[in-house]
Amino acid sequence: MSENKHSVTVTVCNPQGLHMRPAYLFAEAAAKFSSQIELVKDDLRIDGKSVLSILTLGATQGTQMALEATGPDAVDAVKVLAELVASGFPRESDG
Amino acid sequence: MKFRNFVKTEAIKVGLVSTEKEAVVRELIENLVATGQLQEAEKENIIQAIMKREELGSTGIGRGIAVPHTKHASVSEPTGTVGVSHTGVEFQSLDGEKVHLFFLLISPPDRPGDHLRALENISKQLQDDMFCRFLKQSKTAEDIQQVLEEADNA
Repeated sequence: MSENKHSVTVTVCNPQGLHMRPAYLFAEAAAKFSSQIELVKDDLRIDGKSVLSILTLGATQGTQMALEATGPDAVDAVKVLAELVASGFPRESDG
Repeated sequence: MKFRNFVKTEAIKVGLVSTEKEAVVRELIENLVATGQLQEAEKENIIQAIMKREELGSTGIGRGIAVPHTKHASVSEPTGTVGVSHTGVEFQSLDGEKVHLFFLLISPPDRPGDHLRALENISKQLQDDMFCRFLKQSKTAEDIQQVLEEADNA
């Protein structure tokens, strides 16, 4: 059976970009899925479950990235995480 | 953004004496005040802002590293320092480990891009185990300065 892989393009919409708090919220949400989660920006491909890795993207508002999930719950993972990015991280507050 | 663009080398501190969260934040901030990088009058306010950010979730990202930070209108450019604790500090880190290496950052609220680029540089370098090990083993501020310079020039 081929691997269950799903992908969608997401755009960072919160004015502060993917700073540490949103990066943490994303990694925390990603960790709930057993699928491998990756974010791809230009030639950078990073582990979406690692706060540090997400921060290396330096993703400002308007940045487009591919969100990829590979594994048994890939469909749900892409849906939930894409919604989180699109929501602008309402829990981000300052920081 | 390179380290030289935001790390105030004269405020780097090796051998932090504090062993608790607020105390170590205070120690790092006081060093920035003492070296003229922050205004004394803003000190308490900045410390409180950093502690408030910590309440949202610890910036202790694991592997003995923390990046306490805040945005504050009293700075006109990203202002940071590095601290090393040989004994380790309780920081409620994600992995529960004590923190030995601190990158503290204060950014102007109206420049989110600069804040991101400083965090981007810190996080990129922290992924390098050798970089982290060298910093944690540093005995003097000059050692730290040299490691940061090498990273900037790599």
